[in-house]
Amino acid sequence: MTDDQSSTNTATGTRRIAIDPVTRIEGHGKITLLLDNDNHIQEARLHIVEFRGFEKFIQGRPYWEVPFFVQRLCGICPVSHQLAAAKAVDQLAGIDQLTPTATKLRRLLHFGQILQSHALHFFHLSSPDFLFGFGSDPMRRNIVGVLEKHPDIAMQGIKLRKYGQQIIEAITGKRVHGTGTLPGGMNRPLSQTWRDALLADIEQILQWSENTLRLNEQIHTEHPEHADFATFRSNYLSLVDDAGALEFYHGGLRACDPGGAPIFDQQNYCDYRQLLREEVRAWSYMKFPYLQQLGNEQGWYRVGPLARVNNCDAITTPLAEAARKRFKAFGGEGPVHNTLAYHWARMIEVLHCAESIQCLLHDPEITGADLTVEKGDRRQQGIGVIEAPRGTLFHDYTVNDEGIITKANLIVSTTSNNQAMNESIRSVANQYLDGHEITEALLNHLEVAVRAYDPCLSCATHALGKMPLQVELIDAEGKLVHRLVKNSDGQYSKMDK
Amino acid sequence: MAREATKATEPNNLTIDGQTVPFKAGQTIMDAALAARIYIPHLCHYPGLKPAGNCRLCVVEANGKSVAACITPAQPGQQVCSDTSELNAARLAITQMLFVEGNHICPSCEKSGNCRLQAMGYYLGMLEEHFHQFNPRREIDASHPTVLLDRDRCILCDLCVRASRDVDKKNVFAIAGRGIHARLIVNTASGKLGDSNIEADDLAANICPVGAILIRERSFDSPIGERIYDRLSISDTAMTEHVPDKGKDHD
Repeated sequence: MTDDQSSTNTATGTRRIAIDPVTRIEGHGKITLLLDNDNHIQEARLHIVEFRGFEKFIQGRPYWEVPFFVQRLCGICPVSHQLAAAKAVDQLAGIDQLTPTATKLRRLLHFGQILQSHALHFFHLSSPDFLFGFGSDPMRRNIVGVLEKHPDIAMQGIKLRKYGQQIIEAITGKRVHGTGTLPGGMNRPLSQTWRDALLADIEQILQWSENTLRLNEQIHTEHPEHADFATFRSNYLSLVDDAGALEFYHGGLRACDPGGAPIFDQQNYCDYRQLLREEVRAWSYMKFPYLQQLGNEQGWYRVGPLARVNNCDAITTPLAEAARKRFKAFGGEGPVHNTLAYHWARMIEVLHCAESIQCLLHDPEITGADLTVEKGDRRQQGIGVIEAPRGTLFHDYTVNDEGIITKANLIVSTTSNNQAMNESIRSVANQYLDGHEITEALLNHLEVAVRAYDPCLSCATHALGKMPLQVELIDAEGKLVHRLVKNSDGQYSKMDK
Repeated sequence: MAREATKATEPNNLTIDGQTVPFKAGQTIMDAALAARIYIPHLCHYPGLKPAGNCRLCVVEANGKSVAACITPAQPGQQVCSDTSELNAARLAITQMLFVEGNHICPSCEKSGNCRLQAMGYYLGMLEEHFHQFNPRREIDASHPTVLLDRDRCILCDLCVRASRDVDKKNVFAIAGRGIHARLIVNTASGKLGDSNIEADDLAANICPVGAILIRERSFDSPIGERIYDRLSISDTAMTEHVPDKGKDHD
């Protein structure tokens, strides 16, 4: 199949169905389903319609400015971008080791970020699907509906997110787009006042995290039909620590095949260009990364909570480790490939974050004042990799002798899940599209499949089901056959031609 | 502008927005206002440096005539209007024009929170830039080991020129060209800051009201909440500004 959209429609006799935009994900997406003459899904494409250009317009800027420039990629996970860039900037400043307090502050910041992002995704964006059903009234299937019908659950989600944001505020000065990292450290200590205030709430946060995890376990164990929804076998990529345990901030790269066997393990992420390749396709601004040794056909992989919990040998905190074992027992042999299990794995990580936050807040060094180390000899390249909420995040910068950025490469988590999201869409579309009419059920189920990955398409905007959604059925000659519109008020309207 | 001679020994008064303000011989309207702790918005004026009247934010009505307060001598009995809706609207428009003429990316600028242009925007209630962005292409000069020149943020206030010439005695900077073609240049054969004799503790390296001239790699040392304008208004800090004996940042 050619990558050219128009020729696809005409030369190969396929029809095109477009869903534009996809709602309740971070950013704006558009889905196109390419049908053959027998009304089977020939290909599914999740189009990324925004163009950001950060890699280009940070060229020419001083390297020490980068963490605060690139964090503007996103309003949900700016801390992830700031930390990945900060790790790269440490290298550019000739620094390999931070002070214990600075390292712990960055880890605490990162746990707060993952906690708030995961809470946002499950409670605000995804819980309505599970609490009300995929095909339920869209007017009610949103966070407002959850607040009305399940106020306890909704408030737990809101407060869990708030707690993560408070950690971010305590360390960076603001809940969104603060500062904090410096080349070689951090710019202020955690105050005793903040530490005590956060500790005062941590037991409640742990309890809510356990409640949420339990809810997710029930969703999957009591609804076996979810196991087949958008499910397929894939490779998985993530960081792990030296012992192979779950690690968000710093570790080695591990990739496993669909059977769970390692493709590579404990690889230095600074060598990522020998491990990964990025394929460009004409119809999307988002690239398609793949594992170099397997090639672009077989080498695509999934990242994020499902990949991390599948890939790791253990979790270092007891409650989350027990939850991981239940998760593995549910999946049986090998990795759990159930796409909706992303939500379950995400909540295991929420519990791990809460436990880790408690541990760090009790650490005397967390309020230390030794925050920076001396710069070393400046280097020409810095590569920072972390596990962002949505998956492995790569920041790679090259500077000239004057410290000005000359080249940048960012592989964000959603990019790594690009092919996987298309596979999920195709799987669901084949199950729910009859080839003659676009149904509300199809729209709803396609969105649920994409939403499982918590994609951050623009890394900047998000919507709570208020965006209009349009699906068009276009025949091989480009003629509009049928259109279904979900309006911004959640009401559907049909327009037949 | 010619300055009317007033005898230093005589008490002289003018009024600013109805308030009687004493002044000494040789003082400008701005001098008298600051001495009386009355704030007249300004960006290119800095007590201790020769005033230049560049930014026009300090334009007031003096006896019905529009004049720049920083360069207009105070006169006995002068009736000055400054804090009026018309003048503040003009100041807001000037500030908006300063923003759109350069590339002021506050969200990622390391001067954010310490920037007088940004603080002026807040002071004047600026909620958007109003005018179309010029998006000029300007050269960044990172050739110096400790001082960075980022022309994207330059508002041509001339403070660095005067500080380097009159205080540091180095004459590192100059404004070349006129009108929209005016630009900050470095007085070296190469035009590069790295070939100048500027040093990090020179006044010229620290007096920039925006982020055009910065000490390198201090980056975001000041945490949010501890930056100058996190705590104070520009109308507060203006009362304590004066060129120090040896060039250090005024703040």
